[in-house]
Amino acid sequence: MTNEIILHLGNVNSYYGRGKARKQVLKNISLTLHKGEVLGVVGESGSGKSTLAKCAIGLVTDIEGERKLNVENSQMVFQDSYGSLNPAKTVGWILEEPLRVRGLRDKKELRRRAVEMLQTVGLEEEHYDRKPSQLSGGQRQRVSIAASLIQGSKLIILDEPVSALDVTLQAQILQLLVDLKERLDLSYIFISHDLAVVYQICDRVMVMYHGEVVEQGDVDAVYDNPQHEYTKKLLEASLSLG
Amino acid sequence: MKKRNWYLRLGVVITFAVAAFTLVGMFYTPYDATQMSSADKYAPPSLSHLFGCDQMGRDIFSRTLEGIGTTVTIALATLAIGFLAGLVIGALCGYYGGLIDEIVMRICDAVTAFPSTLLAIVVIAVIGSGKYNVIAALGILFIPSFARLVRSEFIKYRDRDFVNMAKLTGVPPLRIIFVHILPNTWPVLLSGLTIGFNNAVLAEASMSYLGIGVTPPDASLGRMLSEAQGYLFTAPWYTVFPGLVVILLILGVGMIGEGIRERIGEKV
Ligand SMILES: Nc1ncnc2c1ncn2[C@@H]1O[C@H](COP(=O)(O)OP(=O)(O)OP(=O)(O)O)[C@@H](O)[C@H]1O
Ligand SMILES: [Mg+2]
Repeated sequence: MTNEIILHLGNVNSYYGRGKARKQVLKNISLTLHKGEVLGVVGESGSGKSTLAKCAIGLVTDIEGERKLNVENSQMVFQDSYGSLNPAKTVGWILEEPLRVRGLRDKKELRRRAVEMLQTVGLEEEHYDRKPSQLSGGQRQRVSIAASLIQGSKLIILDEPVSALDVTLQAQILQLLVDLKERLDLSYIFISHDLAVVYQICDRVMVMYHGEVVEQGDVDAVYDNPQHEYTKKLLEASLSLG
Repeated sequence: MKKRNWYLRLGVVITFAVAAFTLVGMFYTPYDATQMSSADKYAPPSLSHLFGCDQMGRDIFSRTLEGIGTTVTIALATLAIGFLAGLVIGALCGYYGGLIDEIVMRICDAVTAFPSTLLAIVVIAVIGSGKYNVIAALGILFIPSFARLVRSEFIKYRDRDFVNMAKLTGVPPLRIIFVHILPNTWPVLLSGLTIGFNNAVLAEASMSYLGIGVTPPDASLGRMLSEAQGYLFTAPWYTVFPGLVVILLILGVGMIGEGIRERIGEKV
């Protein structure tokens, strides 16, 4: 891990809606992500995790505060894998599109790269010609991951990337993400409701509650010695489950 | 499931039959459609004149064959203008939104507040009648409704995550609009096209009926119906056959549209 800063948010507020319906969702969020780091984001449903991800990557534009993104391209694996894959296109087309946009025209090479990426995330060549609607939820999630990996982004925001997968597959994909990170020097923001998974792959963790960050620090420190009441509750709940 | 396909299939069959009829009429008619013959005035349907003859002894079957070609050509040309322009305007407005979108939509509202046939009549009064002027007038007047339809589809898709993903990937906006989003809207747009086609057929017919559309000696279904009304009792076949063809044309295309709508589970 170097000290190069990939992403910085300083006192960010964010809003949804316009006019009277304008409603604040994030309050005073600050975070810094260094190169090679994995930052976990946890918190209950509706606490603003996905919104934070979209702010960070620039998809939510109604924000106040400071935002600096120091990578040329960043990608996001969206929580809803159904909405993040174009229903009118095939899996192959979806995976090839980033390469086409970057100027690769050779059909054979495009196909080879797409199939290779499919296999990397544990899918088969037979999925190449399928439409997203002809895949299971877990398969779609893996196509989303493949689509974000294929473009060589240095920052990837993963919004519950493995939540629809069974335990073995989950472990396999997580291992893949870790390997790729080491090999390609990637940085991740990893959103999850599974505290064990966060513990496993994150360097630091942020705990969100009602649109605010109530605690943030090294994973070990936060898990061993939670400061905020909400963090304690969250840890207790996950321990009693596990 | 079965019932839905029934609509679509019958629509396709009827439309194909009418299209075949139209195509034949473009290359072959049993008689010259404008050739008069005093001996055949008001001749009823017979083996030599399948649909009978009109007040000038012209063969109605031949004139119907030719008229349907004119009517379909006008409808398709009208549709091409209205749809292509509406597609571009609606896609850009829907995708980008904002002030320009507001202004363009206000203009569309203003135009569609009037019945399009009425407006077409006004336009024709200014630029004159004839086949090409009818196409121009109707085509332009069809733009707002297509623009609105396309726009509403684009609003539906512009915030989807697959569009977000394309943006993050660096796909150029025009490619996002026409390559990523557009294919998703085809079912709805196709169904809109069938409605537009029928409106164009009816608009051409009513304009020609009012004598401001296709000019003689060109035959169009609307013109024929207009002429036929004077001979409703002397030569009912003059009204019946072109009328039936109009009905079949509209019915077939309308059923296709209905079939598509049922299939995509949407009422447009
Ligand atoms: N497009 C939107 N327009 C308006 N409000 C929104 C929109 N998206 C999310 N919200 C609201 O913002 C708040 C935070 O939502 P967000 O999706 O960020 O939560 P989350 O932490 O990701 O939840 P989950 O764990 O269920 O995914 C919620 O109250 C939600 O209703
Ligand atoms: Mg979420």
